[in-house]
Amino acid sequence: MESIKDKVAIIGMGCTKFGELWDKDAYDLVIDSAYEAYEDAGIDPKDIQAAWVGTVLGSTATQLSAPLKTDYIPVTRVENVCATGMESLRAAAYALIAKAYDLVLAVGFEKLKDTGYGGLPMAVQSAGSEKWHPVFGSGDSAPGRYALAATRYFHQFGLSREEGKRTLAKISVKSHHNGSLNPRAHLRMEITEEQVINAPMIAWPLGLFDACGVTDGAAAAILCRTEDAKKFKDEYITIKSFGLSTGPGMGKVRTDYDYTHWEETQRAAQQAYADAGIKDPRKEIDMCEIHDCFSIAELICYEDLGFCEKGKAKDHIEAGDFALDGKYPFNVGGGLKSFGHPVGASGIREVYEGYVEILGRAQLPERQLKNVNLALSHNQGGNPGRFICSICIVGAP
Amino acid sequence: MIGIKSYGAYIPVYRLSESELARAWGGRGGRGEIAVANYDEDSITMAVEAAIDCLNGTDRDIADSLYFASTTPPYSEKMSASIVAAATDLRDDLFTLDIGNSLRCGTSAIKAAHDSIKSGSAKNILVTAADCRLAPPASEFESIFGDGAAAFLIGDSDVAVAIEDSHSISSDFLDVWKRAEDPYIRTWEDRFILQYGYSEKLGTAVSALLKKTGLSAKDFAKVVYYAPNARSHQRMIRQLKVEPEQVQAPMFDSIGNTGAAFAPMILVAALEEAKPGDRILWANYGDGADAFILQVTDQIEKVRDRRGIKHHLESKMEIPNYEKYIRFRNLMQGEADRRPQYISSLPMIWRDRKQVTPLHGGRCHNCGNIQFPIQRVCAYCQAKDDYEEVRLADKKATVFTFSMDERAVEVDPPRVWTINDLDGGGRIYCTMTDRDTEQIEIGMGVEMTFRKIHEGAGLHNYFWKCRPIRVS
Repeated sequence: MESIKDKVAIIGMGCTKFGELWDKDAYDLVIDSAYEAYEDAGIDPKDIQAAWVGTVLGSTATQLSAPLKTDYIPVTRVENVCATGMESLRAAAYALIAKAYDLVLAVGFEKLKDTGYGGLPMAVQSAGSEKWHPVFGSGDSAPGRYALAATRYFHQFGLSREEGKRTLAKISVKSHHNGSLNPRAHLRMEITEEQVINAPMIAWPLGLFDACGVTDGAAAAILCRTEDAKKFKDEYITIKSFGLSTGPGMGKVRTDYDYTHWEETQRAAQQAYADAGIKDPRKEIDMCEIHDCFSIAELICYEDLGFCEKGKAKDHIEAGDFALDGKYPFNVGGGLKSFGHPVGASGIREVYEGYVEILGRAQLPERQLKNVNLALSHNQGGNPGRFICSICIVGAP
Repeated sequence: MIGIKSYGAYIPVYRLSESELARAWGGRGGRGEIAVANYDEDSITMAVEAAIDCLNGTDRDIADSLYFASTTPPYSEKMSASIVAAATDLRDDLFTLDIGNSLRCGTSAIKAAHDSIKSGSAKNILVTAADCRLAPPASEFESIFGDGAAAFLIGDSDVAVAIEDSHSISSDFLDVWKRAEDPYIRTWEDRFILQYGYSEKLGTAVSALLKKTGLSAKDFAKVVYYAPNARSHQRMIRQLKVEPEQVQAPMFDSIGNTGAAFAPMILVAALEEAKPGDRILWANYGDGADAFILQVTDQIEKVRDRRGIKHHLESKMEIPNYEKYIRFRNLMQGEADRRPQYISSLPMIWRDRKQVTPLHGGRCHNCGNIQFPIQRVCAYCQAKDDYEEVRLADKKATVFTFSMDERAVEVDPPRVWTINDLDGGGRIYCTMTDRDTEQIEIGMGVEMTFRKIHEGAGLHNYFWKCRPIRVS
């Protein structure tokens, strides 16, 4: 097996404003993100030789070809639950390495707010699919499933209900602060710990402010092999590694799953660190954009990505280690919590966050980190005990 | 000798008090309460509970027939007995029968079972009787109707209660009825219907039986009989010329009139206190009457460890308010739900039928680990297609973790999701019912209960939930 490190460059990116975009449909989102990326890369759209489009609740590859009017080139729709966006990027990168194409496009989008109700739209259910069963787990929900981990984590590591809620609240307060500085974020308001703790309950112990936004948005990337990057522009980043771990999903079956760690995140991180040659992520990685669909997801990620010891996240949270000015800035862009989570878009959006920070293009000085060399993006689809986890590490060439 | 080899009963955990009904509708309200099914219960699920209670410690293969008696079968076309039998995990080569349309059907089922065994066509018949009758809101019936179930294993050996004799009469007298298009029962002025219906018919059946057997009222340790309400039950004491001490209390103020299950449930309560040698007069009314002479044997001591009436009565929770009961019974049209409705799939339920209905898991022959749902490739050792099915419905379990979803499409939010580690191995992910959300904690003990999950695809989708252990 060969390392992918530095073989593929991202030469242009686009990201729509995230939010409840009542006046934009899925086509608008694809067009806006792709054209921003074209312009950023300085390429002619006609030069794109293949494209991948990630969407969980959307339909086919024509959701890219139709709005962009691509010229009968290969377009593939990819879907890997919440790891979808990253998967479209991964497919594009590996196609370049195979030298099947020289210039490719990856887009992730989701249009969630056309349903008429709050909360995540339920996937289109069809008999025979793995997404549902008439009675096993019938009517369960993402917050209900993540809350199983929060309850167990509190119990396992001796946090009272109050301590647990407050610890999680600090994560959301931090992410909203970061998002408030980010012009493209969905929920751009500062919040307080008391607001989080007293917010309406969604799935005990997770309240409204422990949950990410339900958001429309899209993000896009133009990729080529690194040796060709200079032909297009001087400013670009390179992909250091990918990790992708799909668990057998037996957490609800095997009695040895503890509900306090994300095995797939640990495994994907091992792959990504090995491929990128990272020995100590705490010393080498400058920022992490991770999958915080719920506050407990981020807390457990601190531990499973290797940024703190098991069960010790509370101490590091209280020390401010994961804040914008902390030792290990997490969710610099606001995270899914504040930036929003259009499911298929989030993976590319997270890489976009690394892209702007590495290139020094963060829109406001308050949110521009200094000397970002390596940025980690992380998405996990599914639910505790049954995840698909995707990691992408990008950096300066 | 043909008789009752074992008995069981079920009373739902919820109680609705007369004082709460008075708060909702006015009036004084008494001090009593009725047992009311949770929103996820119906006559089928309650019959399963009673059947499992009845078969406690008994090999499930003993039953060669199952009868289901109810005036409220969840399906008007589609047998209930076959669902009860599957959930109870009885044999496939089983004779099943629904008996309904009359409040008397519980005792009619016993009579039919007795006669079937006497004819030699069956050895052991599990008879279940369950009812979940919806009273018209604000009617007198609302404080009288209760929900519950009873079950008896009828056989011809080792009987705990011998069925010595019986007598039945039929009548086309109309007193209580319900057409397909009626949401609730209909009736007539009670002074008329009680005189010519209940009082006359039950009295006639009992008199005829006593005359036939040469017994008199004083020969019975216990007299057990149906009545539509407490007042009628009281009057029948004088009519039958029995002493009040002989009469088994009808529990109108603690359970209510449970319809087809009522006379069977009062009999279970009587058997819980009965001594070997006791003779019992048992009578039921509805479209005529059935009367039985029963005699308790030494075997009664072997079937004492039932939850029956006594333990189920002690284990209860008050419905906090009538409005919650309205939601349980879907008596008020709410806001149209904008979220997708539940769906179902007959092929999926059919493929997984042994897991869905009798809650079978798989035990790996190679590593011994129990897994639910069944995994063709073992989740622990990856052995392929090398497992046996094991019934998990009997297992108690410990809550490993839980969450409470306030936004679920749910009649009684929050929906409590639990990960439970089963005694003897295995883990099950399911919701918790019959619970006080203030009392849920990691490490608590739970047991499995067969419930209606949703109505997707226009069918009753049944599966198992967990609940706090009701009787330890």
